[in-house]
Amino acid sequence: MSRDAQAWRRYWVTFETIVSKEILRFTRIWVQTVLPSVITTTLYFVIFGQLIGSRIGPMDGLAYLDFIVPGLVLIAVITNSYFNVVSSFYSSKFSRYVEELLVSPAPNWVILAGYVAGGVVRGLTVGAVVMLVAMLFTQVQVYSPAVTALVLLMTAVLFALCGFINALFANSFDDISIIPTFVLTPLTYLGGVFYSIDLLPKFWQGLSLANPILYMVNGFRYGLHGVSDIPLRVAFWIILAFILFFTLFALELLRRGVGVKS
Amino acid sequence: MTKALDVAHLVKTYKGGLQALKGVDLAVEEGDFFALLGPNGAGKSTLIGVIASLVNKTTGSVRVFNHDLDLDPEGVKARIGLVPQEFNFNLFLPAVEVVMNQAGYYGIPRRDARVRAERYLRQLDLWDRRDTEMRRLSGGMKRRLMIARALVHEPRLLILDEPTAGVDIEIRRSMWAFLKDLNVQGTTIILTTHYLEEAESLCRTIAIINHGEITERSTIAALLARLRTETLVLNLKGRVAELPQLGDFVLNHVDDCTLEVEMDRKHTINCLFDALSRNGIEVLSLRNKQNRLERLFLDMVRRVRTDRGLLP
Repeated sequence: MSRDAQAWRRYWVTFETIVSKEILRFTRIWVQTVLPSVITTTLYFVIFGQLIGSRIGPMDGLAYLDFIVPGLVLIAVITNSYFNVVSSFYSSKFSRYVEELLVSPAPNWVILAGYVAGGVVRGLTVGAVVMLVAMLFTQVQVYSPAVTALVLLMTAVLFALCGFINALFANSFDDISIIPTFVLTPLTYLGGVFYSIDLLPKFWQGLSLANPILYMVNGFRYGLHGVSDIPLRVAFWIILAFILFFTLFALELLRRGVGVKS
Repeated sequence: MTKALDVAHLVKTYKGGLQALKGVDLAVEEGDFFALLGPNGAGKSTLIGVIASLVNKTTGSVRVFNHDLDLDPEGVKARIGLVPQEFNFNLFLPAVEVVMNQAGYYGIPRRDARVRAERYLRQLDLWDRRDTEMRRLSGGMKRRLMIARALVHEPRLLILDEPTAGVDIEIRRSMWAFLKDLNVQGTTIILTTHYLEEAESLCRTIAIINHGEITERSTIAALLARLRTETLVLNLKGRVAELPQLGDFVLNHVDDCTLEVEMDRKHTINCLFDALSRNGIEVLSLRNKQNRLERLFLDMVRRVRTDRGLLP
């Protein structure tokens, strides 16, 4: 085996180790990691979908319950991919076992890829469970499986990256809940999960376009129902641009040792 | 001979201006058992942190078996095993998983990792506790587990930062035997410790770091040869009310049946016993008042402090 091939094999084993460790972590504590999202979204489906939704009428030509399914699945994907990485990586900093990785020859990009993949797996797992719950309330039909899968995957990657960056900067457990509470939740709820931006006045419509989550929700809604407030291509490019930016940012932070080295 | 470690002009200045390392130069030969000593806050852990890539250096260079930390960090890291001072593992994982995960981070496939984990956990008497969560292990077991974890990728240079702190004497002795054996098999070992008896019995070479500078580097044998006097504590068979004058041997009472004797190292213990016998003093047993290395160490640290005007 050539030296390069050996190095790539080593990287793969390292990546595999981090991902398995992450999956084992969230599955061991599934009551804390998987169940809450399922309960919350079930309540959303019951209250907003069935009880209130039946009085709201159609939105973008869809029954209200069908309209909110993509957004609710995406909320589960976003929060779970984010929280998995931020809580796991910050815990490793707090208890200092991040040093196990720092002293090893694992390159930074492998460490980042491992944690992001762990977050993606949790995000998609919970997303899939929420989708199954949605199927109990309505008939979910997938308009474009490729677009659906791609938007889900890209969204999970993006928010896992954000979780990683948050964990790098965090100095306390409070710091890992500030961004989700004050940034992520408002952006998610204002990202067109529960309404079409066509309902908003012009000014607020324009402002909504600055919310990256809007593009993800609409891209996913297009994948499921074939309708979107935003052109699909724009949604893809915007998510991709964010992924690229946050990847480079996270790698630069790791290179400098921000939050992990003194 | 190949240098296992070659540190040159290493400077570390922390944010806030604290200069923890002030141009450290240090070389460790391959196969050596090397003690790095120094008082608290001298810069030992910072130096180890830089070598192990846990602390960013400000300037200077670090080479491990000819691999430069700046040019080939993966090559350096692959050759070092680190046993840190503080416990640093996931307390909720079983012991065997901690070791196997570490192997995975070094790119060792799962099947090989299991074999190696078993080997080192058995050697360190931890195999029976392999499925126990880390938080349920005793302090001594955790320390030994950190050694197993540091060895799982079979490093050529093992760095131990106070590995026996808080460990009972029996486990400490068994860890010493294990480390000696490891060194005999070819692993270069660098050890920091506050137990100078540990350094004296394990290490061949010693460096003393103080205020971020290496103030001494020598073999233990050469260093001990510098001691001019030695203080012995003698347990006597009977009481001695008045102390005789014994010339170069300075006697002091500890209690009626115990004496302290300060003697120049040019004299033999036989001379001392002859002198005591002539004065009718019979000795039941004797011991060194202070570990010899400890005494030298304290002298050196005190000298540096005095030079800096920190002590009168």
